[in-house]
Amino acid sequence: MPTLPRSRPGAPADPDRRAVARQALSVSAATGLYGVSFGALAVAAGLDVWQTVALSLLMFTGGSQFAFVGVVGAGGGAAAAVGTAALLGARNALYGAAMAPLLRRGLRRLAAAQVTIDESVAVATAQRRPAAARAGFWWTGLGVFALWNAFTLVGALVGDALGDPQRWGLDAAAAAAFLGLLWPRLAGRAAQAVAAGAVVVALLLTPVAPAGVPVLAAAVVAVVVGWREPGPRLGRVPDPSGGGRDAPDGGPAREEAS
Amino acid sequence: MSGAVVWVAILAASAVCFATKLAGHRVPEHWLAHPRVARISALVTAALLAALVAVQTFTRGQALVVDARLAALAAAAVALALRAPFVVVVVLAAVVAAVLRAAGLA
Repeated sequence: MPTLPRSRPGAPADPDRRAVARQALSVSAATGLYGVSFGALAVAAGLDVWQTVALSLLMFTGGSQFAFVGVVGAGGGAAAAVGTAALLGARNALYGAAMAPLLRRGLRRLAAAQVTIDESVAVATAQRRPAAARAGFWWTGLGVFALWNAFTLVGALVGDALGDPQRWGLDAAAAAAFLGLLWPRLAGRAAQAVAAGAVVVALLLTPVAPAGVPVLAAAVVAVVVGWREPGPRLGRVPDPSGGGRDAPDGGPAREEAS
Repeated sequence: MSGAVVWVAILAASAVCFATKLAGHRVPEHWLAHPRVARISALVTAALLAALVAVQTFTRGQALVVDARLAALAAAAVALALRAPFVVVVVLAAVVAAVLRAAGLA
């Protein structure tokens, strides 16, 4: 878990505030932009424009949102869609715990919780001083929130206008979106082994299990592998302080949306 | 799922996702500090995304199929290896699949 220095009362204002704001803005723009792909894919999966917009506003954690519409598009049931989205959002609890010492208690904490996502935490943990980390968290979280939602609406309207999703290759685009989210998380042999195992489990179960279940079942592979201490055979799991994040090597701009 | 069921699922999943985020802010940090928790959390994310890639690429309903999506996924993987931005990766995959289908090749 990234341990951030606690803020000291009377700490001088960070001179790098503008640099933090710039960083937050570029991450927000890059992430927000691919809200377009989420919007288009959600509509292609059969959601209407309002349902798509509601997902970005209320769920606001990209991996879970993509997973939710993926399960719906594959014909999965509500329980499978909710379960997959919830499991993919589990890492946000670790992010929240990392951010909590930085932030003040009170009502504002509810807003902080909603914008606790890959990008805001990545930008915050990249800062040296608590004031800059706090600024990075809020600027990035709110920036991504604004742009992700705006571009989701654009994508949903475009997807709605396109019509037949397969003709435009939107089913393939959804696969590529999941691959893009997975890519930075494949560092380390344990992650690679789990990913390969998950593919096998999901495909083996597809012909026999109801839609949505094969994906959920693949999570068991992660629990089985992750339960054991990293042994020599599987190699070292990436430093747990990385959580599900990949900021140090991939850079925040390559992070998954929320 | 009918429209109403989708709405219920959206609200339920959003509530669970928000509760998860808030729980992280509220529980004592050491509860989540166990290496096993961090390890499994990271691996669960990778497992679910890998399974979603597989299902989205190789299945149609309950059938396993190989079609234009495999070529599109390969193109996406190359783009990712070249560090292309996410949007480029997604659009490239759509273009590859759409062109192959328009040409009647897959």
